[in-house]
Amino acid sequence: MAIATHDSRIVGKERFVRATPVAELPAPVAMTGVIGWVRASLFAGPLNTILTVLTVLLLIWLVPPIIDFLFVHAVWTGADREACLPTAEHPEVGACWAFVRDRFSYFIYGSYPIPERWRVDIFFAMLAVGIFWLLWLEAPRHDLGALYFFVVVPIVSYILLTGWPLIGLRAVDTSLWGGVLVTIVVSWVGIVFSLPIGILLALGRRSNMPAVKLFSVIFIEFVRGVPLITVLFMASVMLPLFVPDAYSPDKLLRALIGIAMFASAYMAEVVRAGLQAIPKGQYEGAMAVGLGYWQMMYLIVLPQALKITIPNIVNTYIGLFKDTTLVVIVGIFDFLRTVEVSRIDPKWAAPTTSATGYVFAAIFYFIFCYGMSRYAKSVEARLGKADRR
Amino acid sequence: MKRAVTTLALAAAVAFAASAASAQSLNAIKSRGILNCGANGTLGGFGLPDAQGNWTGLDVDFCRALAAAIFNDPAKVKFVALTAKDRFTALQSGDVDVLARNTTWTSSRDTSLGLNFTAVNYYDGQGFLVRKALKVNSALELNDAAVCVQQGTTTELNLADYFRANKMKLKTVTFASADEAIKAYDSGRCDAFTTDASGLYAERLRLAKSDDHIVLPEIISKEPLGPSVRHGDDQWFDIVKWTHYAMLTAEELGVTKANVDEQMKSANPDVKRLLGTEGNYGEQLGLTKDWAYRIVKHVGNYGEVFEKNVGQGSPLKIARGVNALWTKGGLQYAPPIR
Amino acid sequence: MSIAQEGGPPKVALIYDPKVRSIAYQVVLVAIILFLAYSAVRNAADNLARAKIASGFGFWNQTAGFDISQTLIEYSAQGGTYGRAFWVGLLNTLLVAAIGIVLATIVGFMVGIARLSRNWLIGRLAGGYVELIRNVPLLLQLLFWYNAVLKALPDLRDSWTVFGNVYLNNRGFFAPYPIFGEGIGLVAAAFVLGVAGAIAFRIWARRRQERTGEQAPVGLVALALIVGLPLIAFFIAGMPATLEYPEKGRFNIRGGLEILPEFVALLIGLVLYTGAFIAEVVRAGIMAVSKGQTEAAGALGLRAGQTLKLVVIPQAMRVIIPPLTNQYLNLTKNSSLAVFVGYPDLVQIFTGTVLNQTGQAVEVVMITMAVYLTISLVTSMAMNWYNARIALVER
Repeated sequence: MAIATHDSRIVGKERFVRATPVAELPAPVAMTGVIGWVRASLFAGPLNTILTVLTVLLLIWLVPPIIDFLFVHAVWTGADREACLPTAEHPEVGACWAFVRDRFSYFIYGSYPIPERWRVDIFFAMLAVGIFWLLWLEAPRHDLGALYFFVVVPIVSYILLTGWPLIGLRAVDTSLWGGVLVTIVVSWVGIVFSLPIGILLALGRRSNMPAVKLFSVIFIEFVRGVPLITVLFMASVMLPLFVPDAYSPDKLLRALIGIAMFASAYMAEVVRAGLQAIPKGQYEGAMAVGLGYWQMMYLIVLPQALKITIPNIVNTYIGLFKDTTLVVIVGIFDFLRTVEVSRIDPKWAAPTTSATGYVFAAIFYFIFCYGMSRYAKSVEARLGKADRR
Repeated sequence: MKRAVTTLALAAAVAFAASAASAQSLNAIKSRGILNCGANGTLGGFGLPDAQGNWTGLDVDFCRALAAAIFNDPAKVKFVALTAKDRFTALQSGDVDVLARNTTWTSSRDTSLGLNFTAVNYYDGQGFLVRKALKVNSALELNDAAVCVQQGTTTELNLADYFRANKMKLKTVTFASADEAIKAYDSGRCDAFTTDASGLYAERLRLAKSDDHIVLPEIISKEPLGPSVRHGDDQWFDIVKWTHYAMLTAEELGVTKANVDEQMKSANPDVKRLLGTEGNYGEQLGLTKDWAYRIVKHVGNYGEVFEKNVGQGSPLKIARGVNALWTKGGLQYAPPIR
Repeated sequence: MSIAQEGGPPKVALIYDPKVRSIAYQVVLVAIILFLAYSAVRNAADNLARAKIASGFGFWNQTAGFDISQTLIEYSAQGGTYGRAFWVGLLNTLLVAAIGIVLATIVGFMVGIARLSRNWLIGRLAGGYVELIRNVPLLLQLLFWYNAVLKALPDLRDSWTVFGNVYLNNRGFFAPYPIFGEGIGLVAAAFVLGVAGAIAFRIWARRRQERTGEQAPVGLVALALIVGLPLIAFFIAGMPATLEYPEKGRFNIRGGLEILPEFVALLIGLVLYTGAFIAEVVRAGIMAVSKGQTEAAGALGLRAGQTLKLVVIPQAMRVIIPPLTNQYLNLTKNSSLAVFVGYPDLVQIFTGTVLNQTGQAVEVVMITMAVYLTISLVTSMAMNWYNARIALVER
């Protein structure tokens, strides 16, 4: 064969080699398009086929009953349990959404006095503006946004929510707060305090002053080593013993202190990871131009470190948001607790009330947490793009 | 550096506060302008806020009576909902001035927990709630039963004692709150639910089908429920104790919310001493002469409060029983005011 | 400004000297912490003394007087002390954590690998599971499972049963349980011997494979040693075990092995929750192994399963181990949520009932925290050791 080719080249008459390419054939039908995709991703090999069939069966077994429960057999209106009890005509009762509708304002505000609830609405609105401002990366003046979110909103909303009789806002005791309001307040306070404290702790842990470092390490490892429940217990049971009688903090405040401590320790580790990712040259460059420690951190290191940790910071907040449910252990009525209390209410005692309450709560938490995690992912993707440039 | 300054300021504040002597409870309450009352947040008839945060109940009215005696205004109370678990620490740490949360008076609580029980405002006993379908007529038939119980109560201990004493086997399922315990009982996790009998009547109303459940006749323990205060302030202890006695005395003398103004003109020396038209018994307590008048005027006497919250005027419909006045065969007996 | 001296660093005012400053900062910090600690302790002592609250650990040996629904060691209301109750709670915590860790690892690896599956449906299903579970609070899931478990299971009267020996109802799962008599020591010894033999065989097989390339059926031999030896010993000792059967009473089932619904609900919740997080850890770990490794393994003729087992997972483990440790610790700490579903773990018994009966908040909370801290530290030390062992040896 080789000789033949050789020969043909010499002779130049008998050509075994094509001079023009053959026109491309379309790929076999079975390998492209919908069919190809189905083959490759669903029925590649016998094991894969079996798994696909099993999965489909599982979905058939799971999905229709869920849809039936949530929509088809669901009860949308009604004044009390009668609406959600199975009857002869409707032997199957799905979700009792009427219960959620009836309790909706309780889920949002807890026992916050009805005439004062506009204050809570304003608080939510202010918070939404701040979050939007900070999270939307193209928004102008992030520095003002941070000032607004970390300083203005806390002060204004504190006055707004607890009341200030001098300016005509009736005092509202924190024992009346409940529902989504408490969930948001607790997680937001965790956010506002954990970031600055976490940064300080992270810097402390990387500091070359042994006492500062030791303190930071002990605090971080201690808090991270115990369950949140015990931190809350400590804040609620022991804190009052550690301060003099007259300064005993309010029950909600104690839980907030516990949450802030807990979140700070976790935030410190996230920030530390960011600090470690900054190349040493940045530190040395900053020192070379004569910046002091705080200037170096504030102007050079932290802006870079925080930017790359945004996804992890958001993930920490997702965890924090979910963990707020544990404050019930110290007797605070967060959103989940209001759902729990309502589902035990005899007025709505029906077979599906509990499940409806849980589904509703799950949807609420899912929307918030999933939204945050999507945001973290998108930022991560953007940062990745910027780095590849 | 900023952190250091803040911490220093905080530390200084703490140190300063630590050096200040502990104030007497009454003065502290007066200067605060409000009474902090630890109450049950989930027990109908004793302490329960509605969706707007308005509290009702026997213990709640007791705190209102205290506020009426101090401030002449029963609304000057801040109720703090306490669970069975955190109630004692709340009192110990000074979160609340008085704990009126259907709390059983026992020797160890009276001594080692640093609190003093003042008086008994409800004589109770522990009972059992079971399903009618079980066809059980007595607690003695509960051998081997699973019993749902709330954590951190005397009930938990009595239960073990009672079954042991009667040589019966027991499976306890303990929950952190009464809500969880009753819900688990309702879903069939336990054969019986146990707590103080008064609580059983209240919790029964919260079951999906309350008529399917009965309270067994046995009362297996003594549960004298009463308000308590911290050790170490005798004046405050006296005020809380005598507030209850004033309410009892008012009932005994027939002084009610409705007729208390007329009774001010009464010639009966007992009534005069109670309402302060004679003598200065209120001032001896550190209050005003008309302290008992304020209580009855704003809140009512013991009988009225009882009927309104747990008796015939309430969904619980509990009979007075041992909580009747001593003159009617009950145990409620107030020392004389004189 | 000072004048620079020849040969030495420029002399600066004391206040600008970084060393002096650093020492000053630290002295201030230490002083503040000491001061805060001192005032906290003094306040606590003051507050406790004024309220005449007992303190100290005298309560440890007092009679507890309450019942516990699941006890791995002997405990009774009249005989048990608070100290004993502590151990009961601790063991219950360790039990649920240990079983939870094993199951969560299995779930996590399965789901993590499934997410990377070429099968679109399975990948999506696994992804949906992970997103759903990770974005809903664990407490909500636990409450849901407890409710669902109680609702799904029948009453005692209508128990599901197999041969009248195994029962499942809303009081729990009941099965026969062996009670061992004399001679069981022989079986235990045989078991230990079997495990030791299996390990020795594995080491030998490894060495031989490295030397000659021949593989030995390690799994089969190990199984035979670990199961077979004790079995033989069991028969030699004359079968020193009797089965205790659960018996149905009027209200309950007694005897045999008993698994509480609270335990099951807690376990399901913890396993599914932690499993979702482990799945993400596993996925990230596998993705960190470069594609060339898989292709090279394919070129050598390894099958997909072998590639995963022999090439991908061992390399991925280096990335997986540290976050996996974190998840194990999270599971252990999260088991404290048992208090919400009535499972008697350490927090439920100790910071719940014992704290309440004794009123000694400071001591009880301190002990509980110390326990979790110890578990955390020991686990991270063990994992660090393992991590160092499997770390890439750079030549």
